[in-house]
Amino acid sequence: MCTTCGCSGDGATIEGGDHPHPHGGAEHAQGHSHGHAHDHPHEHPHQHEHEQPHPQGGARLDYGGGPARAHAPGLSQARMVEIERNILSKNDAYAAGNRACFARDGLLALNLLAGPGAGKTTLLVETLKTLQGGIPCSVIEGDQQTSNDADRIRATGTPAIQVNTGKGCHLDAHMVGHAVEHLGVNMGGILFIENVGNLVCPAAFDLGENKRVTLLSVTEGEDKPLKYPDIFEKADMVLLTKTDLLPHLDVNVEDMEANIRRVAPLARILHVSTRNAQGMPQWLDWLMAERRGLLDALAAQAQARADMLRAAE
Amino acid sequence: MHEMSLCESLIGVIEESAQKEGFTKVTRVRVEVGRFAGVEQSAMRFGFEVVARGTLAQGAVLDFVDVPGSAWCFDCGRTVELENRLDPCPICAGTRLQPSGGMEIRLKDMEVI
Repeated sequence: MCTTCGCSGDGATIEGGDHPHPHGGAEHAQGHSHGHAHDHPHEHPHQHEHEQPHPQGGARLDYGGGPARAHAPGLSQARMVEIERNILSKNDAYAAGNRACFARDGLLALNLLAGPGAGKTTLLVETLKTLQGGIPCSVIEGDQQTSNDADRIRATGTPAIQVNTGKGCHLDAHMVGHAVEHLGVNMGGILFIENVGNLVCPAAFDLGENKRVTLLSVTEGEDKPLKYPDIFEKADMVLLTKTDLLPHLDVNVEDMEANIRRVAPLARILHVSTRNAQGMPQWLDWLMAERRGLLDALAAQAQARADMLRAAE
Repeated sequence: MHEMSLCESLIGVIEESAQKEGFTKVTRVRVEVGRFAGVEQSAMRFGFEVVARGTLAQGAVLDFVDVPGSAWCFDCGRTVELENRLDPCPICAGTRLQPSGGMEIRLKDMEVI
């Protein structure tokens, strides 16, 4: 069991070896390529604010875990217990913890969502190349298997960490919290979280991000937003990718946009292509504006608090 | 596909409640599922049966309570009840609607021993 937060793992692993899920309480055997891993067992401060403190002992936690050990014979009277709790409340509590950490560090966190092959990693690589030297960026890569995507990101010189979800079909806030601890982030930077390629499941899980960006490549057809509305619904930005291919396709891009507007009336839509750089300046402008807006808002909050404290002197 | 994770969270909530309330066996679980929660009930039923094995909820009956979906219509500026996510606004026939209710999945109550 993870001594940091008691999580017991469900097959997800975080690259770097320090904190692989699952590790079942036994030795950290697999996946450690560096020798120091066993020497610093989970001493990093757990940065989520756990609204639901992890119960010790037999209680079961988020991803996976064993059966409850509770056993109290003698009670036989059936009764009703009202709970009225959101089933995702635990994920939401982790997400709130992540959000507080991101705010503390002035970090703009983006959740990138799309089906497999929409061009998330390629867009990221091109984006990072441009931002390099100007804004400190870092990347969390979510995939079921392989560290291919994190390798591609690191080749640009940007710190990246791969989260392999195993059987999991989405990233959750708990995985992201741990990944951030291992990644290390710079004050005022941008954290890109590339979710598992999937148009369904990731939509339901808040990661604590500031903004959601959903990508849809023009090769995927006009009606994807109608078929998979959830993934578009909460998007702040929808990027229509691979627009350089439009001359070769029968797809009607106006219909595509209309369908996006139907399920996400407030989302901004941009056409982008990493091949001919269409829309890339606007995408980068949006990133800059979001980062600036976030830093201004956080600075104003801090200032207001400072004023309040001075007034109380 | 994520119904399995939802079931794991559900079991987590049940076990936390067991510690607080001091029960050892759950025989029935009622879950409210919003129309727009993105949950496939049959997948959730299957997932629950699998995930509950070996826990205090093993063999418990899972009941669903449907919660209607509502949405904000950008065209007429009203909150309306919607049967399906892509239905037009029942008042103005507008098509730009943002779901505003019926997105939650909640553990409502349980019958316990």
